[in-house]
Amino acid sequence: MKNMKLNRNARKNFITYGLVIAAYAILQTMSVTGSISSSLRGMLVPICAYVVMAVSLNLTVGVLGELSLGHAGFMSVGAFTGVTAAMALQNTVPSPTLRLCIGMVTGAVFAAIAGVLIGIPVLRLKGDYLAIVTLAFGEIIKSIINNLYVGVDENGLQMSLLTNKLALADGGKVIISGPMGITTIEKLSTFTAGFILVMLTLFIVFNLVNSRSGRAIMAIRDNRIAAESVGVNIVKYRLMAFVTSAALAGAAGTLFAMNYSTIIANKFDFNTSILVLVFVVLGGLGNMLGSIIAAAALTILPEALRQFADYRMLIYAIVLILVMLITNNPTLKGYLDVAKGKLTGAGKKPVPQTTEGGAGNE
Amino acid sequence: MKRTTKKLLSFVMVLTMLMSLCSVFALADEGEAFKIGGTGPLTGGAAIYGNAAANGAQIAVDEINAEGGIQFELKYEDDAHDAEKAVNAYNALKDWGMQISLGSVTTAPCNATSAETFNDRIFALTPSASAVTVTDGKDNQFQMCFADPNQGSASAQYIFDQDLGSKIAVIWKNDEDYSTGIRNTFVEKAEELGLEIVSETTFAAGNDTDFTVQLTEAQNAGADLVFLPMYYQPASLILSQAAAMGYEPKWFGVDGMDGILTMEGFDPAMAEGVMLLTPFNADAEDERTQAFVAKYQELYDEVPNQFAADAYDCVYAYKQALEAAGATPDMSAEEINDLMMEQFTSMTFDGLTGEGMTWDATGAVSKSPKGMVIQDGAYVGL
Repeated sequence: MKNMKLNRNARKNFITYGLVIAAYAILQTMSVTGSISSSLRGMLVPICAYVVMAVSLNLTVGVLGELSLGHAGFMSVGAFTGVTAAMALQNTVPSPTLRLCIGMVTGAVFAAIAGVLIGIPVLRLKGDYLAIVTLAFGEIIKSIINNLYVGVDENGLQMSLLTNKLALADGGKVIISGPMGITTIEKLSTFTAGFILVMLTLFIVFNLVNSRSGRAIMAIRDNRIAAESVGVNIVKYRLMAFVTSAALAGAAGTLFAMNYSTIIANKFDFNTSILVLVFVVLGGLGNMLGSIIAAAALTILPEALRQFADYRMLIYAIVLILVMLITNNPTLKGYLDVAKGKLTGAGKKPVPQTTEGGAGNE
Repeated sequence: MKRTTKKLLSFVMVLTMLMSLCSVFALADEGEAFKIGGTGPLTGGAAIYGNAAANGAQIAVDEINAEGGIQFELKYEDDAHDAEKAVNAYNALKDWGMQISLGSVTTAPCNATSAETFNDRIFALTPSASAVTVTDGKDNQFQMCFADPNQGSASAQYIFDQDLGSKIAVIWKNDEDYSTGIRNTFVEKAEELGLEIVSETTFAAGNDTDFTVQLTEAQNAGADLVFLPMYYQPASLILSQAAAMGYEPKWFGVDGMDGILTMEGFDPAMAEGVMLLTPFNADAEDERTQAFVAKYQELYDEVPNQFAADAYDCVYAYKQALEAAGATPDMSAEEINDLMMEQFTSMTFDGLTGEGMTWDATGAVSKSPKGMVIQDGAYVGL
């Protein structure tokens, strides 16, 4: 029994890896041969960033079972620190790829530090209280970065808060300029870098979930008191999941920011946190492949709806409601099970569920 | 259960992908008209600016097309005042076949799209994105509006020259680049001129509904002139709250204040005596402005603001430059780009927002700001 379950998990994980690789191969080929629209090509990197955001938030929400409403805050920390690092090293590290890597690692490290700092007080709470406090921390991060000024000259990095008090030597440049954010980002992010980050994220998350620690984390989710009674260190494992999630969000933030020439702190507000949460909920809690598909689909959807002009966001909202309803409708699920049964020959699940629903309706 | 979800989701994704492909194939015929594209906030909190610009540009395009001669096709895409969506919108316009760009209407999105138009060698003239960073270091990015620093220092200069106040208070929004940019240059210029700033208070998105703290501080400091570098929504609240507490200094605003008189639910009497620098005055006597205002009111049922006038001017500036350069619609975006760069740095343009406008190589416009004061619910030249 136990063996079978493990195999199923492993198979599912490999399917996820396979689908991501296949999607990358197809899109990259199309991109190189020039057979995709500029519109879709422009969205490839943001999709990768949102996929990483969704998968990492799924670790907190789906695996750890705590609702976090401040995930964009970590993305913001990663974006600003990562870009700052990459820009400060512009003259010392000539290779753009290496600078992007350093940027992402820096972003991840700083986001992880933020995760620890926030996690220590936050993880003493649970449920709604935790959700509200993470929301508050997301806003605090936004406010701090909105008032932060960072510059670089030959003496190294300088920073000031509230007003621009930087006294830069000749040849120095301002990197973060308060509410204007960073305006001169060199666009280093590529689809390949995004793909590698997605694969790395999946690797980290799958291995964490399938490890001893992962089982401890899920035990805490399922029954905190029972887990505590058998000696699981609650704070340690909750912090582990939370910080891993924050670090991955930080790397995603750097990837995202490096795809645009400008980034402002207000971009990473409550709405962005909710957007990522929508990806997770739509894809299914704890379901990584679902998160990936939801993130990709919901990033493309508003752009695909551009032809509806003024009604675009209305249709987007309606589609969102319909998808949420349909995926939770037992009757429709029954029909799909039947279809699946026919496709695979012998259905694993018993069919009667459908007829039951059908009879009730008639 | 989860597999079902997955199947449905993949179906949705396939559908969306197909839809995005459809839009690619729906390209119009080329070679008839110049394709002008722009992005702006047509939805969301800043929608009033995006829609005004899109409407203003549309009026200009319709007028020019009706004349015969040079023909334009205009398309505005929504960016919801967000850099990420602006780049998406820009890419959609590129798929549509845009040859010349109107950049983006607001500053942060325009910072993002100007880097794209610069790399893709598509000429852009933004009606209203006023930050210096929009044009900085990009040779084919031009502005129709004043750059922020110009506004801040011009306001300080104006207050100094006209001797409008001796003790100045500044209230600004410290999480917005527009407001911060103007405030910084205003304070710098004020110090240089020896104007005394007695109070400086801030607000940010989310706490922009109650200004009693800021106003009380300004009042206690004895300020007789309050400078408001901000858009009109917070300014309208500041004016009404100051009236409620009986504080009556002189008010001095910037071009973002334009639109306050037409704002729904705002009593124009509150804005009585407010001074502002703006390049456009809907009550101007000249024939072109009056024709434009009448047309705009007929079509959209409101008085056009400065954004509409800027976008209108952009299209006419393009017309003048394209005609002078002898460009034809079958040219590529890059060929037109080179011609436009040459034209814009050498031509002089007369529009609704200024006479004898010229551009320097940095892309900044040179035109004189008009000082306006609100009297009896209308702008009057100072």
